[in-house]
Amino acid sequence: MNAIALGLDRARYETKIYFRQGDTIFFTFLFPIVMLSIFSVAFSAAGDFGAGPDGKGGISAAAFYLPGMIAAGILLSGVQNLAVDIAVERGDGTLKRLAGTPLPVLSYFIGKFGQVLITSILQVALLLLIASVAFGVTLPTDAAHWGTFVWVYLLGITTSAVLGIALSRIPRTGKSATAVIIPIVLVLQFISGVYLQFSLLPVWLQNVASVFPLKWMAQGMRYVFLPDSFKQVEQGGVWNLGGVAIVLGIWLVAGVIAARLTFRWIRKDS
Amino acid sequence: MQPRGDKRAGRDHDVLMTSEKHVVVTDLRKTYAGGFTAVDGISFDIERGETFALLGPNGAGKSTTIEILEGYRDRTGGEATVLGVDPQHGGLAWKARLGIVLQSSGESGNVTVREQLAHFAGFYPNPRDVDEVIAAVGLTEKAKTRIKALSGGQRRRVDVALGVIGRPELLFLDEPTTGFDPEARHEFWGLIRELKREGTTILLTTHYLDEAAQLGDRAGVIAGGKLIDIGAIDAIGGTDARTPVVRWRDASGAHEERTLAPAGVVARLYSELGGEPDGLEVIRPSLEDVYLGLVAGHTGSSRQSPAQIEEELA
Repeated sequence: MNAIALGLDRARYETKIYFRQGDTIFFTFLFPIVMLSIFSVAFSAAGDFGAGPDGKGGISAAAFYLPGMIAAGILLSGVQNLAVDIAVERGDGTLKRLAGTPLPVLSYFIGKFGQVLITSILQVALLLLIASVAFGVTLPTDAAHWGTFVWVYLLGITTSAVLGIALSRIPRTGKSATAVIIPIVLVLQFISGVYLQFSLLPVWLQNVASVFPLKWMAQGMRYVFLPDSFKQVEQGGVWNLGGVAIVLGIWLVAGVIAARLTFRWIRKDS
Repeated sequence: MQPRGDKRAGRDHDVLMTSEKHVVVTDLRKTYAGGFTAVDGISFDIERGETFALLGPNGAGKSTTIEILEGYRDRTGGEATVLGVDPQHGGLAWKARLGIVLQSSGESGNVTVREQLAHFAGFYPNPRDVDEVIAAVGLTEKAKTRIKALSGGQRRRVDVALGVIGRPELLFLDEPTTGFDPEARHEFWGLIRELKREGTTILLTTHYLDEAAQLGDRAGVIAGGKLIDIGAIDAIGGTDARTPVVRWRDASGAHEERTLAPAGVVARLYSELGGEPDGLEVIRPSLEDVYLGLVAGHTGSSRQSPAQIEEELA
């Protein structure tokens, strides 16, 4: 088998294992879905978000939180999933075993990326399904919004996967992986407009969040799923899709370089 | 550039001359960053089809040596050639010819025995039949069980199965039977003998001297990073260490005589005592006796530095 075919075989194998791990299923796969459901139910009686003084023009809590949860799902499926997964594999001997076989590193990464893509697409599809069926959220109907959705999603998931590979180098042991990675991911979610309305955060905190990719993924998703009138509360009063593309692009390149420089099958001694 | 070219030509010539040697190690050295020397000038060869046992106490440098040959660690001195290739620069085609059974690991094991072996078989150009390998390690009944649900000894057999699935020319076995019960160990020996019959070259490290004696053609004993003896399993330690001992009792107490002619001693005793001597024993030192004698005679054998302990844990 060549490296690509082996990579696809790895993707099947990795995806199978992903769905056999209860903690991963909950904290990575189901987490945004559970949070969307909680927010939708908890704030269902609080009236519509973004309604004018006459009580019109607003949207439901579910519709308001959907873009942020999709962005969070992309971050979890890429960064949290791979950073923890690879750190654990380095700690428990999986990588050392693979390093002793003729498996190409490229195939290993095709497998990881394939697993991220498959699980993340399922996750987003479930989010959209639950939002529209259970909570009555109206989804966009025009090609322009879905076109933006596709490129923001693909750029976002690729960047997240690459950053996950780069971050997997930080935990010193497999056992400390979740303790090191989850706080980073959690803080990002709180300051990037996933759980808290971004426009209500202090400006300095908005500026801090703007350095990181999650804020931009959430912003791109808000463009896709929120009414156009909501752009007034974005930074500068515009959706700034160009900014989304540029910041995610920079993180993608930085992540590729970091992953390329730091990934090793095993910690080789000096 | 010219001298370098000459050197290459010389090396190629060496490779041709030693084409039947699967492993050639010359003056191998490994000093860790902390300054601790784990391997201090070891040399040995392994012929194609031979089973070579590397013996020695914990921290003697066995694992460092085997991990250098597997390509996991870089040496700091000397030369090493494995299947004609410098393990520091071994590519995928080289790895496809090796089988590696590491010391036990703690992988999560969320796949079944069969899934794992079928997956790994796909890495190799000419793998063995998955079900035959599962049968050979005695796990047919556990083929559909997830690896995490297996006992320690059964997991170890999966490690061995993964090591041989690619039909390796050279198999590294690093303490393969640790945690096996005696029955499982005997079954494992049968599996290794089958691999030997098929011509697989094997480098084995083990704490069980009976295992080395059962499987090995030759052995090397390492202590304190140095090779203190090397030779055929039935000759290692030299004539002295292997001199049989005759023991018996008579009215004046227990007696013991070291002799190269035990039958002669027994015949003499029989005629002197005019009958069967009490408690008669003729003991040939086992590999274990010879090994313990060798290691005890080596002063540096029992030291274990912090760096060494760290390495063992890594």
